[in-house]
Amino acid sequence: MATQAFQKIYTKLNQITKATCSINATGVGNEELATVSGRLAQVVKILGETVTLQIFAGTEGIGTDAEVVFFGKAPTLKVSEQLGGRFFNAYGEPIDGGPEIEGEEIEIGGPSVNPVRRKQPSELIATGIAGIDLNNTLVTGQKIPFFADPDQPYNEVMAMVALRAQSDKIILGGMGLSNDDYLLYKNTFENAGVIDRIISFVNTTEDPTVERLLVPNMALAAAEYFALEKNEKVLVLLTDMTLYCDALSIVSNRMDQIPSKDSMPGSLYSDLAKLYEKAVQFPDGGSITIIAVTTLSGGDITHAIPDNTGYITEGQLFLKRDTDISKVIVDPFRSLSRLKQLVIGKKTRADHPQVMNTAVRLYADAASAKTKLENGFDLSDYDERVLQFAHEYSEHILAIDVNVTTDAMLDTTWELFQRYFNKAEIGIKDEFMKIHWKKV
Amino acid sequence: MTKGIVKGIIANLVQVEVSGPVSQNEICYINLGGVNLMAEVIKVIGNTAYTQVFESTRGLRPGDKVEFTEHMLEVKLGPGMLSKNYDGLQNDLNKMKGVYLTRGEYTDPLDEESVWKFTPLAKPGDKVRSGDWLGSVPESWLSHKIMVPLSLSGEYIVKSVAKEAEYKISDTIAVLVDHDGTDIPVNMIQRWPVKIPIKAYKEKPRPFKLMETGVRTMDTLNPMVEGGTGFIPGPFGAGKTVLQHAISKNAEADLIIVAACGERANEVVELFVEFPELDDPRTGRKLMERTIIICNTSNMPVASREASVYTAMTIAEYYRNMGLKVLLLADSTSRWAQALREMSNRMEELPGPDAFPMDLPAIVSSFYARAGFVYLNNGASGSITFIGTVSPAGGNLKEPVTESTKKAARCFYALSQARADSKRYPAVDPIDSYSKYLEYPEVIEYLNANVSPHWVKDVNHAKDILLRGKEAQEQINILGDDGVPLSYHDKQWKSELIDKIILQQDGFDKVDQSTPMIRQKYMLELILGLCAMDFVFESFDEVMPYYVKLINLCGQMNYQEFESPDFKKYETELNNVVEERRAK
Repeated sequence: MATQAFQKIYTKLNQITKATCSINATGVGNEELATVSGRLAQVVKILGETVTLQIFAGTEGIGTDAEVVFFGKAPTLKVSEQLGGRFFNAYGEPIDGGPEIEGEEIEIGGPSVNPVRRKQPSELIATGIAGIDLNNTLVTGQKIPFFADPDQPYNEVMAMVALRAQSDKIILGGMGLSNDDYLLYKNTFENAGVIDRIISFVNTTEDPTVERLLVPNMALAAAEYFALEKNEKVLVLLTDMTLYCDALSIVSNRMDQIPSKDSMPGSLYSDLAKLYEKAVQFPDGGSITIIAVTTLSGGDITHAIPDNTGYITEGQLFLKRDTDISKVIVDPFRSLSRLKQLVIGKKTRADHPQVMNTAVRLYADAASAKTKLENGFDLSDYDERVLQFAHEYSEHILAIDVNVTTDAMLDTTWELFQRYFNKAEIGIKDEFMKIHWKKV
Repeated sequence: MTKGIVKGIIANLVQVEVSGPVSQNEICYINLGGVNLMAEVIKVIGNTAYTQVFESTRGLRPGDKVEFTEHMLEVKLGPGMLSKNYDGLQNDLNKMKGVYLTRGEYTDPLDEESVWKFTPLAKPGDKVRSGDWLGSVPESWLSHKIMVPLSLSGEYIVKSVAKEAEYKISDTIAVLVDHDGTDIPVNMIQRWPVKIPIKAYKEKPRPFKLMETGVRTMDTLNPMVEGGTGFIPGPFGAGKTVLQHAISKNAEADLIIVAACGERANEVVELFVEFPELDDPRTGRKLMERTIIICNTSNMPVASREASVYTAMTIAEYYRNMGLKVLLLADSTSRWAQALREMSNRMEELPGPDAFPMDLPAIVSSFYARAGFVYLNNGASGSITFIGTVSPAGGNLKEPVTESTKKAARCFYALSQARADSKRYPAVDPIDSYSKYLEYPEVIEYLNANVSPHWVKDVNHAKDILLRGKEAQEQINILGDDGVPLSYHDKQWKSELIDKIILQQDGFDKVDQSTPMIRQKYMLELILGLCAMDFVFESFDEVMPYYVKLINLCGQMNYQEFESPDFKKYETELNNVVEERRAK
């Protein structure tokens, strides 16, 4: 960014760490932007005349005589319809060789929506994936992460969900995305011919770590513009939030803050909530839905990052490899969509909630039957039947490559119920049994 | 008034150099470009006051001016609070303009222009103390008492009381005289600092009355009492909020105060949307007419999150003093503790366990101590029943917030991940959970007199069956279905019968979501009757299908209106099935 006339330039740093530097300056506001030797930085602490700046690109090679210029404003993004189809870096600068964006300049990380001005989410987002539509239905205005191990195909699944979901804009916030995954998204969106609805803010593994702290706020500021000003349905994809949190802990560590659980800053919950709570359904039809990825280490969800995330988001989705059918499924036990109650049985068929629960219960019985089998016990007739049921349920319903309507998923499940079980074993309310139970 | 200037800023901790006296917890306003940001003093060193700002500090500069107010964080109390949606600092959210919350926009919690029909209760010459009733106004359906200012101490004589007519809240409705002969005019507005308990009552006995919630696993197995305290810890996804919402919809209270403290905005929106629509099963009015929502969602400033639970408690205490049964729900107290941790961290205090402040247990227990059943000076009774949720990190109950709360609360409703995973909702673990009140002689006496003469014995018997069933289940898992005596299968399934029919409840079914005590008694006796029977089985694989049949029929009964023809139809069918295998 160009230096403007009459700006005061400071040239004497009195402290440099790996991510921050300090300087004596006056008249500087909290969270104000600055450049240090041309690198973008933000004020994170002011004590008397000592101003501490967090330098997004890192402090490598910064000298004590570096030029520091303050901008007098917090980080901003220019928003307009021109954003559509474009790729940006963490600062909102184009990286696709296209022209600069012209439009209104808005501050990122702005205020929260007044809760009484929100509307209750009530519109379902169909994805064709039964593990989601049938068992963990998504709703506009929801925020939900995939909890996935690094070896699971979460980016592929998320790209698939993004394409199948009906939305006006898809905004990708990539943090520490490998170049390969960045290209995966880019190619997938291009091949699907939907590139005009996509906006991407990307920090790849080649870029400095601390820069990625800006990415989600950039993506969400753009999302708020389209959802509120244009009344559009916006889907925001954030991948990978674990790497975002790692960057937070680096900065807090450099600022000598006392770490809480798992070396994360004590404010992790509030920091994450400020992002995820941007998911909203506005009364005029616009909405922001956030689907994120939180990578786990060895499936451990008690680590501070997934743990705090789980308390903030409206459910979580787990991927799992089902060895019986050798396909990836959305794990029916551990996954949960908290907002599904708002649409299932209301926007979908009335028998949906009970069919869903019954199928999951039977699937759980199959899991215990499997344990029995592994422990060398004999299986009862019921055990045999649930095992067969579970196999078909995985194959025809849960597998991620199945793409059918919710009604078809329900019909298939009823067929499986009747193939393997009697009425009492199903235990669904009689009013639904009368309609869907064809067997005598 | 003391003035100051900003010297340092670390997130929402602002250091202010002051020119005069300041007190701990004093409120000040920081002027940022013409907008006043509210802040609270939390530490003073020399002439530097450390303040926590209740707003974002973006753009704040050293040298910005600060004005101190000489009072602590207060709530404004009076008629018109019912059905309101407040933020953590008691700003009326509905009065705020715009989609986004604007910094420095503070709105009046009461309506100065509204008029209330006042009826005097005291007369000239009466001796009164703080909290005594001078008159009443109808607030929606409840009788809102206008009280002697809570801030007064000692005895006063009533000089005059306004006659029955309509008044605004700031009109004088009575004049009191103190022992020096000074007149004290009283209107309908009171102010009270939120961190100080209101103690304008005569005595606080041990609680003894059952507080019905309609949730079977609580009412039957581990009852809550009027004026009692309880907490619900559980990992995410175990259903803490759903359980609290269920309690708020069905509990037998005059007034429900919900403090949504650092939780999801969409969950609060659910209350905003549903409560004005849902009927209160007891009065037939809308639920919102007995509800006050204090809403400080997780993305709202962290310091006002800490204030929100105190704001809620103070409002509860105010209504308790009118002789009302208040139920206070806080979701989640862990977020409150985390707000304390964030501030402690910024002040660079030496950390306690998990970086929480060292005095966390003391803060938690003095907060829980503000609940309780009280007798007022005029002999009437009022109560605050408090149920908080706790969100333990990683679902591990050995963490500071859960442990601190366990010492303070008398009921423990442990939500279990395993039950939630197998969709056994509400996922309250019947073995780990407890209600200390079930051991209080006065509670036992009350239950036996009001539910059934052998109620507590029945409940304990049901608990024994559950425990035995769990043990049998463990043995079966180790030894295999055919490696244990047939009776083990019978025990396991009898416990399953109680679990499925009494403990599990469909929170989304019209009928099943709330069960009155009389129906709970009927069902418990029915199920215990089944558990007392001997059934004849040839082999273990006959046990499951038979009990599944029983469970299915009892489950269908749970879905029907109590004692309706359909209910009775399933019960008859059940009796026929029982006869099939009953030992002669």
